[in-house]
Amino acid sequence: MSKELIRLRNVSMAFDDELVLNNINLYINDKEFLTLLGPSGCGKTTTLRMIGGFATPTSGDVLFDGVRINDVPPHQRQINTVFQKYALFPHLNVFENIAFGLRMQRRPDPADPRKKTKIPEEEIRERVMEMLEIISLKGFENRRPDALSGGQQQRVAIARALVNKPKVLLLDEPLGALDLKLRKDMQIELKRIQQQVGITFIYVTHDQEEALTMSDTIVVMDKGSIQQIGTPEDIYNEPKNAFVADFIGESNIIDGIMVQDKLVQMYGRQFPCLDSGFAGNEPVDVVIRPEDIDIVPLEQGQLTGTVTSVTFKGMQYDIIVDFKGFKWLIQTTDHSPEGTRIGIKIDPDGIHVMKKSQYSGMFGDYSSFSDEYDELDDAGLTSDEEESGDEE
Amino acid sequence: MKNKLSRLAVPYIVWMALFVVAPIVLVVVYAFSNGDSGFTMENFSRMETYAVVFGRSFKLAFIATFVCLLIGYPVSYMISKEGEKFQRVAMVLIMLPMWINFLLRTYSWMSILENNGLLNQLFQRTGLISLYNSLFGTNLEYFPMMNTQGAVVLGMVYNYLPFMILPIYSVIVKLDGSLIEAARDLGANSLHVFRRVILPLSLPGVLSGITMVFVPSVSTFAISKMLGGGTELLLGDLIEQQFLGGAYNPQLGAAISLVMMVIVVVCMVVMNRFGEGEEQAVML
Repeated sequence: MSKELIRLRNVSMAFDDELVLNNINLYINDKEFLTLLGPSGCGKTTTLRMIGGFATPTSGDVLFDGVRINDVPPHQRQINTVFQKYALFPHLNVFENIAFGLRMQRRPDPADPRKKTKIPEEEIRERVMEMLEIISLKGFENRRPDALSGGQQQRVAIARALVNKPKVLLLDEPLGALDLKLRKDMQIELKRIQQQVGITFIYVTHDQEEALTMSDTIVVMDKGSIQQIGTPEDIYNEPKNAFVADFIGESNIIDGIMVQDKLVQMYGRQFPCLDSGFAGNEPVDVVIRPEDIDIVPLEQGQLTGTVTSVTFKGMQYDIIVDFKGFKWLIQTTDHSPEGTRIGIKIDPDGIHVMKKSQYSGMFGDYSSFSDEYDELDDAGLTSDEEESGDEE
Repeated sequence: MKNKLSRLAVPYIVWMALFVVAPIVLVVVYAFSNGDSGFTMENFSRMETYAVVFGRSFKLAFIATFVCLLIGYPVSYMISKEGEKFQRVAMVLIMLPMWINFLLRTYSWMSILENNGLLNQLFQRTGLISLYNSLFGTNLEYFPMMNTQGAVVLGMVYNYLPFMILPIYSVIVKLDGSLIEAARDLGANSLHVFRRVILPLSLPGVLSGITMVFVPSVSTFAISKMLGGGTELLLGDLIEQQFLGGAYNPQLGAAISLVMMVIVVVCMVVMNRFGEGEEQAVML
């Protein structure tokens, strides 16, 4: 399909004996929107800085178009960066901020190819204006950055990087400083810009929703290692381990035993599923997404449990259901009041089986905040706990 | 809320009125009066007699400020590039001389620069003076360094250099590192990063450094007296003579002060304009 542009080969990075990146292997295709996703301190920004030329790996190689670029300084790479807090030059207006990279460029003189020449002023003007059009900020060229809103500064930062026609644009949590509404708009805007200019975007974020919305490929990282690489659908539907399952979306993660291909046992009951390729009776982690659980009359349920908390979320109710001391999150449009006993049914395609990993038993347990059966949760506390658990 | 808090400013306002505004008013009143407290312009009509002193003062202050800038900017820049620990030590070392009395510091320069002072002894021992004599056919026993304009400038630079370094350093050290990374990312080499980003953004520090060195330099009197030997009369000395010296004439002294003040203010205004212009020029 598209060709490989960047490759990280056995890349490790240590700061003062602390291993920040542990043997990363990754390739990035041309014209791809790739997101490095992970909690803070997972090594995603370091990976980005290495591609940009602001950090040099302790070991391993960074290849660009097949050429090793470990020691090439940032200003000699065909890569530009949109910085976390934009880093617009406060002493220059919008026009000059965008024109900065063009004014730095020297290219062979058409009259005498041995000489290098600046880009002529008319061309700079033309290209900056073209960028202003792309980011829909025409008429703002004489404003100083501090006279722009956060979203506008963001777009200027993108234009400033794109005007140099880089092969790759690096974006370091670029939407972090914007409010929710603007962030959603900018997500769509970014995707549009990427498709319009047709270059590779490498995007760093800790926000799983951002990653799912924009990416062609998501790289989930934790503790300096890549946990999973895949399309947003792959990552969501087929998480490789408990960390990925928990980090992307909400998940109930239950201990199970893979009895045989396409049959998994939880709570002593057997559930048909679609997974295969495990050893007989292998202990596994089972992921069940909250929206894949159907509430059915008690007698038809594969499992029965008691509703311990209900939170209205607009589109659906988030209910916490106690199954033999282990609490699940279920998202449903049917209202089941607190204290009722309900039955649930899970379709085979709603069950995803994962091999045990270092993350087993750490995530996907919605009972951790209320072990006592008689302690009814305050709805607000419940949702807070879930969200912060998600961010961690 | 605001009104209540503004009461706290009252002592400061009183202080300003008593010790800043009132003296300036007094200077103005004195400048326009004669010994019998009648109005006169005579003090100003005599001013051209002192044009040489004005010229010399501003020239030496200008040179001293320029030298301070020449030394101060690179020093500030290099310190700001070092580690935090180095920066702290360097700042203390730069401030350290200021803990010693101003006159004492200047006296020690006298003993360094004297005809048989430290430097000249060093030059004699190392044979530098005999080398100079044989090269240029002169017959010097020492290099005359005291009582020269050079010595006065040296004294000014030595005493006021910290006032140049501190504001420049504090601006550069606060510069957002991501701006420098952004410039490098956009294709700027080290020279361009400095010229297009660091220099224009450190201009406010440079301007306040220039102000803080130039103003005391132009009105200094002890330095020229001690290192210039009184032969190089400066404005400060002239004014001092009118108030404390033999030429007692406070009205004339006030008039000279007033003229000096006006020139300095004009200089500062022009310079700040120039500063803004510079920023624009970089922008264009």
